[in-house]
Amino acid sequence: MSILIFSLFIFVLACFIGFELISKVPPTLHTPLMSGANAISGITIVGALIVTGGEGGLLTQVLGVAAIIFATINVVGGFMVTDRMLEMFKKKGDDK
Amino acid sequence: MSQFLPDYIVTYLPDAIQLIYLIATAFFIRGLKLLGSPATARKGNQLAATGMLIGIIVTLFDQQIVSFEWIIVGVLTGSLIGIILAKKVAMTAMPELVAVFNGFGGGASALVAWGELSKFADPIVMEASGLVTTGLSIFIGSLTLTGSFVAFGKLKGFISGNAITFPGLNFINIASMIGVVALIGVFTYDPTNQTVFWIILGLSLLIGITSVIPIGGADMPVVISLLNSYSGLAASMAGFVLGNNLLIVSGALVGAAGLILTQIMCKAMNRSLFNVVFGSFGGDSSSGQDSGSGGDKTVRETSATDLAIQVAYASKVVIVPGYGLAVAQAQHIIKEVATKLEERGVQVKYGIHPVAGRMPGHMNVLLAEADVPYDQLYDMDQINPEFASTDVVLVIGANDVVNPMAKTSPGSPIYGMPILNVDEAKRTIVFKRSLSFGYAGIDNPLFYTEKNQMFFGDAKKSLQALNEALNDV
Repeated sequence: MSILIFSLFIFVLACFIGFELISKVPPTLHTPLMSGANAISGITIVGALIVTGGEGGLLTQVLGVAAIIFATINVVGGFMVTDRMLEMFKKKGDDK
Repeated sequence: MSQFLPDYIVTYLPDAIQLIYLIATAFFIRGLKLLGSPATARKGNQLAATGMLIGIIVTLFDQQIVSFEWIIVGVLTGSLIGIILAKKVAMTAMPELVAVFNGFGGGASALVAWGELSKFADPIVMEASGLVTTGLSIFIGSLTLTGSFVAFGKLKGFISGNAITFPGLNFINIASMIGVVALIGVFTYDPTNQTVFWIILGLSLLIGITSVIPIGGADMPVVISLLNSYSGLAASMAGFVLGNNLLIVSGALVGAAGLILTQIMCKAMNRSLFNVVFGSFGGDSSSGQDSGSGGDKTVRETSATDLAIQVAYASKVVIVPGYGLAVAQAQHIIKEVATKLEERGVQVKYGIHPVAGRMPGHMNVLLAEADVPYDQLYDMDQINPEFASTDVVLVIGANDVVNPMAKTSPGSPIYGMPILNVDEAKRTIVFKRSLSFGYAGIDNPLFYTEKNQMFFGDAKKSLQALNEALNDV
């Protein structure tokens, strides 16, 4: 089995997990969920690190650093703002 | 960082990294799952963030990474910008911010693929599958970048919220997409051809703009959600380019999650995804309106004092908030009014339409900000059977989601959209600036029924007046 086929396998299986996970979410949480999922898509930062930290010419370095900056904004900002939203969700009688 | 480790550890490093990636993936899946319930959502988000941190740290031990100066510069710059954006944003501006973050994420994936490509002095040594996924990553990532920023511009009002379109635009967009896919084929066959690469990049950026521009402002949440799905897909493609399982899996999770969420949103508006993407509906359009009745069009007005008496002696009051409430920043004052009513023994519930606010669930966030407990918030399906036993419904800054034409007038653009059946209650009070139309640009017969009273004015001022009047009842 080639690496590509193996990768396709996990790609498709992960898609199914994604479908299952999300189909059971109440509307209340759609906005935080969108924001949280969006932060996870910043996982591309891992790729940005590998590209930037490796050997490569000036172009690679510039593209890599730009990718790191973009992805970090996505990750850090995304998780923080989601937390800010969820922090405010309280049940009646919860402590402030 | 692998160069700082002893050799006997380095031998096992690649496998160890993969195993820890697996743990990070488990954190993401568990995190997304916990995000599905209000009680655990915050923990879920924190779990996902922890997974991300684990993924980032372990990647630094990858043997491909030999220098750290630029990594440090990039991470610090990005974190700073991210923290500032996340701390400063007003809760009402959440859709814009998600659009921006999403654009950056998509752009990053395109840059990763491009950066990897640029490492090869002669790209011909790259495998065909690598070239295809590089092309796809650049395509999806770039269109996510520009599309998200156009969506941001439309929400902010920099770009007209109207559907900007001309005949044939849909055709041009579809033709361009097919063109890009064909060019990726050409590029895979002959990766040395620089011109093809630049055309793919340029065309992808352009498609992001031209495919979002014709969509009306009212549909932007759906577009952002769809673009969110794309940015996941772009990350997954970048994972294929680098042969990185963590990227492939996490990207696919987000891609699938975004797609489901998009579908849920479309369902709530009774539109198909196709219709949103190609329909050019919404904005301030003067879409053909037909009020149906045509007869008596007088409205009854109410005053703060009069309303205070009505609600104070009611046994059950349902509040239906819309985006107008958020614009007027009246979430806190409505909470005060609700508290006063509860102290008098009135049962108060909030009926939340799935698309109230500007994104599904946005209204819940805005009310949560005002300390409204989430167990007082009821979904459409939960609250609809209760209207018949409700004394007073306060409709604040909402319009289309309570428009009975969605049920009665097949010619109406919103026909078939599920609505809150407020007309079943004994009395409805509509807080509104004027008799202007809603997002969909159509009249609302609810305003003219005998059971309805209008409370004209700014939502916040009206509620403040009501709040004061309640003291004297």
